Amino acid sequence: MVAFTVNGKAQNVGADGDTPLLCALREHLKLTGTKFGCGAGLCGACTVHVDGKAVFSCQTALSAVEGKAVTTIEGLSPTGEHPLQKAWVAEQVPQCGYCQSGQIMRAAELLSEKKNPSRDEIVTHMNRNICRCGTYPRIVRAIQRAAKEA
Amino acid sequence: MNGISKIQAPELTVSRRGFMAGTAGLTFAFSVSGLVTEAMAAMGKDGDNRLNAYVTVHTDDTITIVAPAAEMGQGIMTCLPLIVAEYMDADWSKVKVEMAGADHKLYGNPKFGGIQTTVASLSVMGYWTPLTTVGAQSRQVLIEAAAQKWGVPAAEVTTEPSRAVHKASGRSMSYGEIAAFANPPAEMPKVDPATVKTPATYRLLGKDVGRVDVPSKTNGTAVYGMDIQLPGMLYAAIQRSPVSKAKPVSVNEAEILKVKGVRKVVKLPYGVAVVGDTVEATKAGRAALETKWSDAPGDGFTSDKAIEDYRKSGRDASKAGVVWKSKGDAAAAIKGAATVKSFEYTSEHTYHAQMEPMNATAFVAPDGKSAEVWASTQSPTLAQLVGAKVLGTAPPNVKVHPQLIGGGFGRRSQPDFVVDAILISKIVGGGTPIKVIYSREDDLAAGRMRPMTAHRIDVGLDGAGNVVGWNHRVVGESAIAYMSPERLEKSGGKDVLVMAGSELPHYGIPNWSAEHVRENRGARLSAWRGIGAGYTKFAIETTNDRLATEAKMDPVEYRMMLLTSEKARNVLKAAADMADWKRKRKGTALGIAFSELHTSIAAGVAEVSVDSDGKIRVHNFWMAVDPGIALQPDNIVAQMESNIVYGLSQSLKEQATLTDGVVQQSNFHDYEVFRQEDVPNIEVRVMAQGGIAGGIGELGLPPTAPAVANAVRALNGAKLAHMPFTPERVKAAMKG
Repeated sequence: MVAFTVNGKAQNVGADGDTPLLCALREHLKLTGTKFGCGAGLCGACTVHVDGKAVFSCQTALSAVEGKAVTTIEGLSPTGEHPLQKAWVAEQVPQCGYCQSGQIMRAAELLSEKKNPSRDEIVTHMNRNICRCGTYPRIVRAIQRAAKEA
Repeated sequence: MNGISKIQAPELTVSRRGFMAGTAGLTFAFSVSGLVTEAMAAMGKDGDNRLNAYVTVHTDDTITIVAPAAEMGQGIMTCLPLIVAEYMDADWSKVKVEMAGADHKLYGNPKFGGIQTTVASLSVMGYWTPLTTVGAQSRQVLIEAAAQKWGVPAAEVTTEPSRAVHKASGRSMSYGEIAAFANPPAEMPKVDPATVKTPATYRLLGKDVGRVDVPSKTNGTAVYGMDIQLPGMLYAAIQRSPVSKAKPVSVNEAEILKVKGVRKVVKLPYGVAVVGDTVEATKAGRAALETKWSDAPGDGFTSDKAIEDYRKSGRDASKAGVVWKSKGDAAAAIKGAATVKSFEYTSEHTYHAQMEPMNATAFVAPDGKSAEVWASTQSPTLAQLVGAKVLGTAPPNVKVHPQLIGGGFGRRSQPDFVVDAILISKIVGGGTPIKVIYSREDDLAAGRMRPMTAHRIDVGLDGAGNVVGWNHRVVGESAIAYMSPERLEKSGGKDVLVMAGSELPHYGIPNWSAEHVRENRGARLSAWRGIGAGYTKFAIETTNDRLATEAKMDPVEYRMMLLTSEKARNVLKAAADMADWKRKRKGTALGIAFSELHTSIAAGVAEVSVDSDGKIRVHNFWMAVDPGIALQPDNIVAQMESNIVYGLSQSLKEQATLTDGVVQQSNFHDYEVFRQEDVPNIEVRVMAQGGIAGGIGELGLPPTAPAVANAVRALNGAKLAHMPFTPERVKAAMKG
């Protein structure tokens, strides 16, 4: 049994400590907004925050989040109106949408560290997340918009 | 089917029966694959017609419109209902879109033999007539009902968004108010949609309304096949045979059953599945699998060696091909030409790399005679038919719930992953729902690739240097033969997936022929975004650039001379203008390419540099496209951005290689796709020059590879002929 908080709510998951956090979130806690893409920390579809830092949840053991605060796309904003989420809609970023939870969580980490990142900083930071639909230009624009409007 | 309904997933909000129950209103049922006016049903009547409804006007003024095509990011679940809304004059803010279930009679694409499949960028073209008619007829029914109520001639009643209006008396009524009293006619009125709306009077089409699925894709609520969870469900991991068509001979079952949480090891005709309580358990069980496989036809297929054979076959005129398309007499023209120029190209297998790994969830009833399936599928009715075949039951006994698709690109047009879930659920028995999840590694190992190809183009020139004959031989396996040998036979051996794009409809070349020289090697194959045009246009448009050089002409001027229509020239010129074509750059160079997809046309210009390691950097990509009518302009731009990124990724990076029939790549570290840092600055111009609304989902991909190859040759003279243009290949080409 591992105890931690998810989106501000205390949770206990009865799974082995080496279970990937991704499985715990998706299959045990039914928070399916976080996606499985590669299982190897290569694509970023599973990106969530642990104590405010973006991690690949497929590469994070459940035991490693004991007592910590996990934030997923469902908890980024109680109303789904985080500046990034609004910017994502305004720029019509998602296509298939499968990678976008991870993209938004990755971008949220950037904006929490840096209010007005440069284009290069955005590109470098976001390079860990793959979007096979190629929404990359709109992701950059949406982050710039969110930075401006936040 | 009653037993099955009991396990409806609570997460599924799209339950049409639940949605309709207790809602009074007016429902129209249409069959788009047959007669549009075939069926119509009144609300309040219990029965199947109601479930098959296409448009429902509710008394609270909301309108439900069903989207018949699968949404995989191309925006179709917005665009198709928007067409209906336009022609029925509906208030779009009150429209709710519902995804269609599997029902080819109601939702089949007329351009695809009435099959309900979302492929080949044919949704708008295929559904255009049925949906404009559906909209216009729905409007007419509402008008006639209002006219009757007011006691005025229907001809005096017009509409405003979701309102019928009688101007002479100043009366008006909302569609919802009409729905409360209207009795649907026995037969739908005959209306020519063109009398209701024209592009000049569109309120919705041509304006960006925003995609209906976008908000759910920013907050985690969008539901994909991967997200389906049913009570009592077990998980399954799957190992398909490493070599296509091999069968499992033996497996270390006893060992796997010792893994905590593993319930069962299931031998399938083509692989092994590990069934367990959790993803962790099936993953651990899968990792410990040791399976012995039978021999298979593809055992000896090593792509690096085979590609040389392909190249030789291209050259070897004694190896006859199947003529795909032709005009005039290419062979005679080339024979009689003053000079003949020959060109050769090759392209590797490519993998879809869709972000959502293949998965499906199925529940087979304890008697094995019926099933329900939840899947992100491009082909719901194919999934239904194949599922029924697996169970030996009638198709209506297999209920398919299509979900949002986390990347299709052709991969999800095939029903293999649905078969997995149905078979495993049936074998496990007892009515156990099974969710099959492919790991990325298993997804790639059993990937269904775009075929590897070699190309030989012979061009005959007359004494003045004009092209008089063109022969294009494409050497490669048949993707259709892999999917369905019967289908290839029926088409006389013509494989559209392999040969698409090898036609020359826009160039004034009097004699041309494109033929398929077929190989039989044993790779798993399928449609891949852009299908054949991804490599045939690379071969054609690189050849055209080389011919321009031979003719001592600028590549743009050369194509302007060859293009036969004003529309095509306008698109080419627009792309060149966007790039400021004539301006010389320092350290970079431009390349251009032209292509078409059905009725749509596109031209792209790449600006590239090459570093000392041979690595190509694309700095800018400009694209002009003519979709005929631009239904959702910003979505067309988005699709071109997507096509350019996908296309450049396949041009520079992507290759799946086979050794002894086994795919050698395993995940995104060795099957690399474009990332944020690889993406150039992209500019798109949408220039709708009239005609019909054409496809856009694959339109921008074909010009990418030739534009890059042509830019590299302009920069340093390297003739890139082997896709992808990896640094090693670029360096080798630079040496000549």
